[in-house]
Amino acid sequence: MLGNRGVLVSTASTIVVLGLIALAIAMSPGADIVRERFFSWEHLKQSFLGTETSPSVVSAFLLNIRIFMTAEVIILVLALVIAVVRSIPGPVFFPLRAMAVAYTDLFRGIPLILVLYMIGFGVPGLGLKYFSSVADVTYGIVALVLVYSAYVAEVYRAGIDSVHESQVAAARSLGLSRWKSMRFVVLPQAIRRVIPPLLNDFIGLQKDTALVSVLGSIEAARAAQIYGAENFNYASYVVAAALFVLMTIPLARFTDHLIARDRRRREAGFAR
Amino acid sequence: MTAPSGGGILVEGVHKSFGDNHVLRGIDVKVDEHEVVCLIGASGSGKSTLLRCINLLEPVDSGRIVVGGEEITARRVDVDRVRRGIGIVFQAFNLFPHMTVLRNITLAPREALGIDKKAAEERAASLLERFGLSDKRDEYPDRLSGGQQQRVAIVRALAMRPSIMLLDEVTGALDPELVAEVLQVIRELAHEGMTMVIATHEMGFARDIASLVCFLDRGVVAEAGPPERIFTDPQEPRTRQFLQRIIAAGRL
Repeated sequence: MLGNRGVLVSTASTIVVLGLIALAIAMSPGADIVRERFFSWEHLKQSFLGTETSPSVVSAFLLNIRIFMTAEVIILVLALVIAVVRSIPGPVFFPLRAMAVAYTDLFRGIPLILVLYMIGFGVPGLGLKYFSSVADVTYGIVALVLVYSAYVAEVYRAGIDSVHESQVAAARSLGLSRWKSMRFVVLPQAIRRVIPPLLNDFIGLQKDTALVSVLGSIEAARAAQIYGAENFNYASYVVAAALFVLMTIPLARFTDHLIARDRRRREAGFAR
Repeated sequence: MTAPSGGGILVEGVHKSFGDNHVLRGIDVKVDEHEVVCLIGASGSGKSTLLRCINLLEPVDSGRIVVGGEEITARRVDVDRVRRGIGIVFQAFNLFPHMTVLRNITLAPREALGIDKKAAEERAASLLERFGLSDKRDEYPDRLSGGQQQRVAIVRALAMRPSIMLLDEVTGALDPELVAEVLQVIRELAHEGMTMVIATHEMGFARDIASLVCFLDRGVVAEAGPPERIFTDPQEPRTRQFLQRIIAAGRL
């Protein structure tokens, strides 16, 4: 913890450092044009609210939130299923395990943008009747789910592996089946341990919702691009960037909080 | 070997290897119903492995184990059903850290036996009461002392109403001053006639409680007999050597 003097010193040094950086930027040769192109108050406001010819970046950002919320819920469930399937022992289940491994290898390996193209343009291109009425954004969500489930499944699996074998022995020795041991003893401990890395992946997911725009959905990044192209000004990008940061910060702080709580608990455990 | 009485255990010619490590090399043990058998021997002599085999936590390589007249090492035996009748308590307690004491105890009766919540909690409460743990029912395991944790682990196994209890070095991880409270619980079980197989380093305790002591050495029962004979007049040189080392260490 910082004492009174510590707070004073850290405040002073922060002001000095920030002041020097600001001075350096203001004195640099292109400072005026940077200020005009990126931080013009008029453009910031207009792109924020939208104009007659370009959509509001903020309302477009609501689509990012919707994509994120929908994808997140599906990923949490699907990834858990994949991780559990991958940890089923026994030769009979080899095909299932192999499929789970192939899935994670495949979708962790392909760049998200390629998956987006393949799903978003490829599937409608098949000309199947059922898919003709599906919205672009749905394909985007499917692509995000496919890729991120592969990552999150690995996070879950690390958690499952971290639960000591003696816990399983204790559960099985009481006559609990393999599945019930998993459900009541292994998974609750595993999930608790992987919440911080899980949230970390979701911060990545929040940002990657911007990539769905390649399929034509007008989300925040695309709306900013439209404004920028029409007005030859990049303040709209700054607005979009700020919105993404604002959305990820609470999750980042929450992750920090969980990690700190975990460490306190572990230390308390050792002290006994 | 003659069949054990009633709900006893018969271990016949059991072999078990882990890779190149041949841990059990033809073990024969007979445990009659209501009998307490203590397994003694150096670390690595196979005591724990034998207990884990009886609980089917480890499959045997050859030989057979009969419990209550049923050959549990036969193929197609429902291992979960067998385990419900055999309680095991481990050296490291192995309580579930994310559950309260009460939930630790009621989990298996509810999920493996299908007993409803109220009945399971009543059963748990009466066991906790009996072993002086009533005030701990809502605590998490890491808030308890080692002795309390081990007593909870014993209660957790008893809540399944097993006909046999296997105890694997249950005082091995405890501070010396906590050993007595756990041994007292085991004595009570013995008085009630619980059939038990106990792997232990507590020789004084084994002498008090056992009806039969088996000295294991390198994966076989080197000598078996009533405690008064094993501890005062061992026949086998290996047994004598082992007991001399124990006496030299001040543990008998």
